[in-house]
Amino acid sequence: MTGPLLSIRDLHLTMTSFDGAAHVLNGIDLTVQRGEIWGLVGESGCGKSLTGLSISRLVPTPPATYRKGEIRFEGRDILKLPLREMQDLRGKRIGMIFQDPTTNLNPAYRVGEQLIDVALAAASHDPSVLGCPPGAGRRERRRAARRLAGEMLERVGIPDAGARLDNYPHEFSGGMRQRVLIAMALIGRPDLLIADEPTTALDVSVQAQILKLLKGTVADHDIGVILITHNLGVVAETCSHVAVMYAGNIVESGPVSNVIESPAHPYTRALMAAIPTKASKRGTLKGLGGTVPNLITPPPGCRFAPRCPLAIPACTAALPGAVDLGADHRAACIRLEALEHV
Amino acid sequence: MSEPILQIENVSKTYAARRALFGRTAEVRALKDVSISVQKGESFGLVGESGSGKTTLTRSILHLETPSAGRILFEGQDLARLSPADLRRLRARVQIVFQDPYASLNPRMSVRDIVTEPMLVHHDILGLSRTQRTDRAAELLSLVGLGPQHLTRYPHEFSGGQRQRICIARALASGPELLLLDEPTSALDVSVQAQVLNLLCELQDRLGLTYFFISHDLAVVRYLCSRVALIYRGELVEEGTTDEIFDTPKSDYARMLIGAMPEVKVRRGATA
Repeated sequence: MTGPLLSIRDLHLTMTSFDGAAHVLNGIDLTVQRGEIWGLVGESGCGKSLTGLSISRLVPTPPATYRKGEIRFEGRDILKLPLREMQDLRGKRIGMIFQDPTTNLNPAYRVGEQLIDVALAAASHDPSVLGCPPGAGRRERRRAARRLAGEMLERVGIPDAGARLDNYPHEFSGGMRQRVLIAMALIGRPDLLIADEPTTALDVSVQAQILKLLKGTVADHDIGVILITHNLGVVAETCSHVAVMYAGNIVESGPVSNVIESPAHPYTRALMAAIPTKASKRGTLKGLGGTVPNLITPPPGCRFAPRCPLAIPACTAALPGAVDLGADHRAACIRLEALEHV
Repeated sequence: MSEPILQIENVSKTYAARRALFGRTAEVRALKDVSISVQKGESFGLVGESGSGKTTLTRSILHLETPSAGRILFEGQDLARLSPADLRRLRARVQIVFQDPYASLNPRMSVRDIVTEPMLVHHDILGLSRTQRTDRAAELLSLVGLGPQHLTRYPHEFSGGQRQRICIARALASGPELLLLDEPTSALDVSVQAQVLNLLCELQDRLGLTYFFISHDLAVVRYLCSRVALIYRGELVEEGTTDEIFDTPKSDYARMLIGAMPEVKVRRGATA
């Protein structure tokens, strides 16, 4: 094993708007190894998706600027790669699945056609994807790509996959379209998969199937996954690690079992207290007052302080650094001792 | 407590699908012989996946769809037999909160206009003057945790949770007894969802409302509802108290749904 698959160090992203510069990512640190599924959770607008998009360098610059930091994919700094090389990574080494399966498939092309395109593009980078002998003709490559597309659809659980290749996206249900997108993301055998809310629009039964598929893929191919979601239940059941984000910072991170069983940061605790569980009695759920802060003029010091039940004056003095709690479990809070007694 | 406010009796709804080139019409059966009885003051949860007929049933209760067979009774009155004027009067007593608070508020209307609109529509019943309507709107806003200072604002100035509160205030404006809640929290973050759920509990206790809560989120239904019905492909699969359904589900479908529910098992902490 030579170094991590992905390592993000002190990443700062700023968006310029008419109202001023918004510091949307503020020192993100994240390391993903092969075989790990990282859950990225937090409320809307805390920077989860921007972190995911930054890894595939899909954030338009301008209006965005990376003020500081690096994103290393197998040691290479993605932010400094020439566009040409970045395009070779996207879809081939780094796969992405987006939230809305309806808008991410072209309605005018057959599903098989769209899968074959991706397979052929991936094969230009790594010919072994298609399993053709070197120097195979165009038709032979295309036939192999079609066979592969059928196999992938079957693997994601689409019945009668070979025949469904000739269907158009509108002939698939929402869950099936999402599975098509997953097949598309996996067809180039990526090493890193970024799944941005892949199951948010789906029914629980379909969600369970897709999460199982995702876990199976990680186990079979030893890839790394970043799963962006706002559902802590999904994280608890699927991920090996979790990073909780708040207003452009990772406030707590670590192995799922540690973070979910003994959440350290007040924000993580508040998120967990807001989930209705079997034990919660009617009318006793704890909501979290207030809203995510304005990132153009963020509150001084810890950005969660204005909503934090345990905030003290010192919280507004400086942005707290991550405290190591052992076993890779980190939390960025200066009130951790006080929390122990709550 | 035991008298039914809403009775759905053997309701079926069939839509004619596109006619095949020669002869036979294909039919889509959205609801098949559904019977549900909702008691006054309870929270009744209707759970189903997309395409199961939840929306068709909701629309039928509002009489926006006419069932192909069966009856829907509100306090013993058959909706299909009411005159248009009676139906309009009845609608003051049955109101709905929609799923997406970003799409269900008119961006060009101020909060005052939004919340007072049902009072204008039902002026013949409520008979409120202009100033009374504004006062009532202010009262409703404070009931849902906003304030009179929000009356002159517009929807874009509010967060998702606040918008859903405005939708709830609007639904309460005509003084309804039955509230249809169509996935009112699925567009919201968990932190905000918890606040809205608590608000719904509180309002029910204070105003004695009956809730017909439609959702595919089992955890939310378990939290809020006392009785639950599961609907699958237009058919009622199982009905019972929340504890029965979640602890001893009888149908395979219920077991499958509960098994697929992602859950966080909390052991300690989570006490912020």
